[in-house]
Amino acid sequence: MNNYLDMDLLRLTTAGSVDDGKSTLIGRLLYDSKNTFDDQMEAVEQSSAKRGDENVNLALLTDGLKAEREQGITIDVAYRYFATPKRKFIISDTPGHIQYTRNMVTGASTANLAIILVDARHGVIEQTMRHAFIASLLRIQHIVICVNKMDLVDYSEQAYNKVVADFKQFASRLENVVDVSFIPISALKGDNVVDTSENMDWYKGVTLLYHLETVYVGNQENHVEARFPVQWVIRPQSDEFHDFRGFAGRIAGGVFKPGDEIIVHPSGFTTKIKKIYAAEEEIEKAFSPLSVTMTTEDEIDISRGNLISKANNLPKVGQDIEAMICWFSESSKLANRAKYIIRHTSNEARAVVKEVKYKVNINTLHKVEDDKDFKLNDIGKITLRTSAPIIYDSYRKNRTTGSFILIDPQTNETIAAGMIV
Amino acid sequence: MENYNLTHLKQLESEAIFVLREAAAQFDTPALLFSGGKDSIVMAYLAYKAFYPARIPFPLVHIDTGHNFAECLTFRDAFVEQYKAKLVVGSVQKSIDDGTVKEESGLNASRNALQTVTLLDTIEEHGFDAAGGGGRRDEEKARAKERFFSHRNDFGEWQPQNQRPELWNIFNGRKQHGEHFRFFPISNWTEMDIWQYIKAEEIELPSLYFAREREVVERGGTYLEVNELVQPREGETVQTLMTRFRTMGDATITGAVLSDANNLDAIIEEVAAARETERGNRADDKRSETSMEDRKKEGYF
Repeated sequence: MNNYLDMDLLRLTTAGSVDDGKSTLIGRLLYDSKNTFDDQMEAVEQSSAKRGDENVNLALLTDGLKAEREQGITIDVAYRYFATPKRKFIISDTPGHIQYTRNMVTGASTANLAIILVDARHGVIEQTMRHAFIASLLRIQHIVICVNKMDLVDYSEQAYNKVVADFKQFASRLENVVDVSFIPISALKGDNVVDTSENMDWYKGVTLLYHLETVYVGNQENHVEARFPVQWVIRPQSDEFHDFRGFAGRIAGGVFKPGDEIIVHPSGFTTKIKKIYAAEEEIEKAFSPLSVTMTTEDEIDISRGNLISKANNLPKVGQDIEAMICWFSESSKLANRAKYIIRHTSNEARAVVKEVKYKVNINTLHKVEDDKDFKLNDIGKITLRTSAPIIYDSYRKNRTTGSFILIDPQTNETIAAGMIV
Repeated sequence: MENYNLTHLKQLESEAIFVLREAAAQFDTPALLFSGGKDSIVMAYLAYKAFYPARIPFPLVHIDTGHNFAECLTFRDAFVEQYKAKLVVGSVQKSIDDGTVKEESGLNASRNALQTVTLLDTIEEHGFDAAGGGGRRDEEKARAKERFFSHRNDFGEWQPQNQRPELWNIFNGRKQHGEHFRFFPISNWTEMDIWQYIKAEEIELPSLYFAREREVVERGGTYLEVNELVQPREGETVQTLMTRFRTMGDATITGAVLSDANNLDAIIEEVAAARETERGNRADDKRSETSMEDRKKEGYF
């Protein structure tokens, strides 16, 4: 039990087409790693029987809402949790239907690792490439290709090798991806998910769970460029803390220590860090993703939406931004010159789209320059002009200071996700 | 090389504090729902940490069903006192007296469903534009689809098909007049995380969570503590058993489990070995397979 306090956290996302067996895989992971409960299994057994399924349908472990079960689809991103003695896992489970790109982008935005399912019978298909492209666009550094349904191809090594070869050829065109692993599995039968398969002697690699437990993800956080978006100013105005002014936020990169020279953006004021608090406790260093409160040597004007960096390593500050975006709205298209609200770290401003550079055909990765109509699920490059300076880095450098969302001021809907180039 | 890894509990704590600060910044009149159960206690404790040394900038809202465990109320008042928080109580009894809800009748009547009306009334009466809850996504399948910032229409309803996508940690709390939000800082915590955190931070809990001998009756596959609200019915015998509670719901329907776990370590061991989900003993969740989904759509916690 003691090692529970030393466990780390892996956030992963799963991708696959409608019948690739995603839900079954997640159900299998939960079930075989003994993360399911008797009353849950009982409910699943009852539902399976009601549906007339031959065996206990593990996919039902992850089915959520009534509407979904009736239609046999998954509506939205759902989050699953399980733990082994080594790690805690958060799975963002994204469905494979029409809003797929939107949902996968959402699920991928917080993940360190993506599992992409490939049906061994069909091999690498357009959708596989689409999933890999999104994982790479969102800067997920670790990809696991699970070649699923091996039981339906007689556990053929040849079928597996073809997927590996085809995917590798395609993956050479992807940016950002650090490591790709391949595992032949049968989620339905349990081969190589938690337990080593007895049907594939030719496979010498590890099981999926072992891989998830051991993959190194410590490199995901940026510990070079120090960034601290200010969320809230703490002013107790009590007798005990009469003059206390603390700047609260979550470190978005780098390491801050008391005594460090800092610059406040966009004002450009400089001062030094006096103290750093994690609640009541004074700490010696703060790094991402810690939530802390800082006090400064000099009393200068700092408010929500400002960003504190160290004096020797500056973010970009500007009103003209180039970004890759994914369009989320079903009802409205991106309109040139239309005004949106941009929300970026703790900052908000108005934004107008100045130019659509191109869209990406996410099945071929080709740029499309003659059709610039952005609709649901479209991905491409645009330029924006904001009403106030945005303090940012490229998404490639920093996932927090490099990302934003666009909001439709009429409906308040989140209509696009953006990654600054 | 220096170690810049955070344990998963530290990461969860940091995330929850981030969500609480976002809520304070994005909403005009946010509040925290406080039931006296362990999840809402942890949430309120995290709010204390998030804004220290200032006071918690949210009032704590307790929806009093009138069927609470007495100890929960004592605990609530002590908590409010200790953290110098502001308390707002919404009373289901008052809603019944006012005629906005009708008391359920029948053998397994409960005031659980009535809470939704009182909650929405309390939100409206005090003009809260956001209410934070201690809901966790691992609790129940409808909750697995919940956002950190969850939009509610002007009837207080949750629309699962129409949720805003939530990317990275950028929360969109914009709303039209009359609409409000729920926010869930401990969305990503599991029951085990909660217990480990309570232990690590030495957070106080109502003693109902700890095993001792209690007088109970067996009803509907669970043990109900005998008190002024729960009296033995014909054919039921009062037994004295070592029990504890895994959740703090309505005293009339929240079952105790057989347990001799009378300290945190023992509870953690029990949770690790548990074969039933913690809500397995709540009659309100057993009404149908979709009872949580249905209640959430109406505006339940």
